Amino acid sequence: MSGAPPHVGLFVTCLVDLFRPSVGFATVRLLERAGCRVSVPAEQTCCGQPAFSQGAREEARALARQVIETFSGFDYVVLPSGSCAATLRRHYPELLADDPAWANRARALSERTHELTSFLTDIIQFTEINTVYDGKVAYHDSCSGLRELGIREQPRRLLGLIDGLRETPLANPEGCCGFGGAFCVKYPGISDRLATDKSRQVVESGADLLLGGDLGCLLNLAGTLRRQGATTEVRHVAEVLADQTEAPPIGRE
Amino acid sequence: MSDKTRMLAAIRRGLGRDALDASVAAGLVTRLERPEPNRLPAASRGDRLTLLRRFAAKLRRVDATLQVLPRLDGVPEAVAAWADDAAAVRVAPHPDLQRLDWSAAGLEASFGPARGMDTLGVSRADAGIAESGTLALCSGPASPTTLNFLPDRHAVVLHADAVVGAYETVWAALRETGSEGCFMPRTVNWVTGPSRTADIEQTLYLGIHGPRQLHVLLVGSGLEGLETG
Amino acid sequence: MQPRSHAFPANVARALADDGLQVALTRTSAGFPKKRLEGVASLPEFELLRDQAEAIREHVLDHLDWYLERFAAQVEKQGGTVHWCADAEAAREAVLGICQQAGARTVTKGKSMIGEEIAINDHLSAHGITPVETDLGEYIIQLRGETPSHIVAPALHVSRAQVTQAFREHHLDRDPERPLDAPRDLLGEARDVLRERFLAADVGITGANMLVAETGTSLIVTNEGNGDLTQTLPRVHVVLASIEKVVPTLEDATTLLRVLARSITGQEQSVYTTFSTGPRRANDLDGPADYHVVLLDNGRSALLGTPAQPILRCIRCGACLGHCPVYQQVGGHAYGWVYSGPMGAALTPGLLGLPEAWHLPQASTLCGRCEDVCPVRIPIPEVLRHWRAQSWEQGRPGGVSRLALRTWAWLATHPRAYRLASSLAARVLRWRADGRGALGSLPGLGGWTATRDLPAPEEGRPFLVQWQERQP
Repeated sequence: MSGAPPHVGLFVTCLVDLFRPSVGFATVRLLERAGCRVSVPAEQTCCGQPAFSQGAREEARALARQVIETFSGFDYVVLPSGSCAATLRRHYPELLADDPAWANRARALSERTHELTSFLTDIIQFTEINTVYDGKVAYHDSCSGLRELGIREQPRRLLGLIDGLRETPLANPEGCCGFGGAFCVKYPGISDRLATDKSRQVVESGADLLLGGDLGCLLNLAGTLRRQGATTEVRHVAEVLADQTEAPPIGRE
Repeated sequence: MSDKTRMLAAIRRGLGRDALDASVAAGLVTRLERPEPNRLPAASRGDRLTLLRRFAAKLRRVDATLQVLPRLDGVPEAVAAWADDAAAVRVAPHPDLQRLDWSAAGLEASFGPARGMDTLGVSRADAGIAESGTLALCSGPASPTTLNFLPDRHAVVLHADAVVGAYETVWAALRETGSEGCFMPRTVNWVTGPSRTADIEQTLYLGIHGPRQLHVLLVGSGLEGLETG
Repeated sequence: MQPRSHAFPANVARALADDGLQVALTRTSAGFPKKRLEGVASLPEFELLRDQAEAIREHVLDHLDWYLERFAAQVEKQGGTVHWCADAEAAREAVLGICQQAGARTVTKGKSMIGEEIAINDHLSAHGITPVETDLGEYIIQLRGETPSHIVAPALHVSRAQVTQAFREHHLDRDPERPLDAPRDLLGEARDVLRERFLAADVGITGANMLVAETGTSLIVTNEGNGDLTQTLPRVHVVLASIEKVVPTLEDATTLLRVLARSITGQEQSVYTTFSTGPRRANDLDGPADYHVVLLDNGRSALLGTPAQPILRCIRCGACLGHCPVYQQVGGHAYGWVYSGPMGAALTPGLLGLPEAWHLPQASTLCGRCEDVCPVRIPIPEVLRHWRAQSWEQGRPGGVSRLALRTWAWLATHPRAYRLASSLAARVLRWRADGRGALGSLPGLGGWTATRDLPAPEEGRPFLVQWQERQP
């Protein structure tokens, strides 16, 4: 790439912010290695997905406007989360379609917004993952990343650059893990079955490490694996890609 | 206000308009009266032999059986051999089938719609569709629909020349026989294999209400090798 | 069928605890996705056809009034009769009237969701007319006094032993010692019993997968052949169809048929696809003397022009049910009415109203698999979100979950308060985890911690707090 480094606004997402800051730092590291100048707007909080999913449209719109304002002026906006990136890319334009003051701005933000692995692969074509990891890894494709953004090959291509890393597929990779945001606490009985089923697949795959691009799914699966007494480690894919795995895996100390 | 008026008004209200204006309606009339031909899938294309081979293979995939005959007069013997314990057969009253020598094959043939006690039936298909191994049968004075469903065992005579690539060929042929949307017979059956159900513990079984066995007698020349594929 | 959708959460609990049902659901859950993949693989043009199928259905909905009138005119031209019915009661009365005029004593029925929707069986029975379900699955549940649990496999929840029991209890004119455990015995008996019913029926009622405006044709798709015996043997054939089933031409119907069976069973076509146009012709040898089409609205017109309109594209293939993680855990009865799975969650609020059906759109992870497999690309998650938005405006959900969401939204729009709250939360959760890395329980989050641990925040300070500290 020629010219000035792309200026990226990093939207860490509320789950990363609260539960796993190391993912945020790993993401910064990756983006800088990929030649970007990274800013982290201080006023960011949440993309509004919980409000949007549960039908609280006014609240969702208020958050959308705040995000658009907070993240204006960047070349790109990058998120280490498929579901949050999908909210900005796919749903902000819908939410604000009837608001003449904001519809164009929502569309403009949408075009500049990318999920992390998709950004590194599809936009930057980044290949300098000079890491080594010896072990079997299973990858969990979150539903929104997969279906709303078409993310499947991108994280695998990046992981494929890591010497020694072998992907072992899950038996039913297209199946939902049961997180679904508020769904997991509204319908815990159903959610539990889905999470248990997926966790069983993870254990049966023989993987030492489970990776994914969405912390909601990863918290759900790590918590389930732990409750079942499984030893599989769980991390966000950014941690491995950035060679930043000093922190204990999710749910461990 | 009749339900019809209420319903149409409700539909228009939902769509945010009154009845369609004349120019739009004219466009829809054209769409109906001169239907745009479908882009046909690759599986419906090929020369005569390709289509026949595909038809035979698809037929086997759906658990129908196939026998080839050079001439129509071989039909009664073929039916008798297939349904080897049958004494009587109910046959569609089509000239092709009526002039055959059924008794020479040891079968007592009667002609007409099927009845409850008929266990062996013979129909004549109007077309075979190569893309799926489907038989197209149209109701008519020589083609009773009940014959396709009531008998336990169903043999269907099909001329090799009537094997076509795509379903649409049948519609085009029917349109040539009538006008203004009035060319359909009472029933057009697409039959793709013998009847089946998976309603007992989601396990597939052949033969429930429609025929348990479907045997296609393909009549024509140059058909050697199609039976085994 | 009295709706029990309002009791959905309790229905779910019951379904999860029903071992027999869980066995049946597990048995089927892997099958549908596998079959669909095989079916799709055998047609390279599949995605293109899906695009066309979607376009055909949307085109019809945008011109539904015109196409319905055209369809009706064609039916009448061919000697059939159309009954326009704004609601279930009108449809019941129309069907009853037809049966009474025919002097009917027994009526055979092919599978019809509209029949369930208007509860036609009870209505006919109440007037001394006996309805007999002929689809094997529907027949089994009719004997058991149940309702269908899946639009394509209505007896999915019934075991073989339960079928044997039902037959022994109801087929009383047979030798009680007869063998009836093997599926072959059950099928043979079902065929014999229902054959008598087919031949004796005065009226045959079928549904319709599609109505073709060009020719006034109704079409049904079955594997058993019961729909055909139902509509060919009796003197009268009644088609029950909802208004959105119209397609313009036979070509359009053919496009849709190329993707319909493929999406649920992987078949190129179902065994019997039957196109019916009017009564028998003068020189036909069999067929009904009378042909009636009952067109039912029952709330569908009110969905036009709303964000729920796309659900009206549905051609009842059942693919969404076969791929839904929620349906696969709870089955169809939990939904409490006629339509289950993702299409049921998207359609039922429109037909029954949100006060009765608001739970259904809530019970979804919005994973989007349904939209992925829908042959006409209905954006089901979008429709579910629409119902959730309407629900929210009507105050549902209320209580704690509403308060929690509003509190969250307030904090998120007040970044400084948010920073304080997230810092506090991080510290409290880590404190409760007490060095173990995760929490086993947490007041207020019993839904999560009943079945899984909650990973503790990595540190006592959220990312954004740490990041601010690092800024010069």
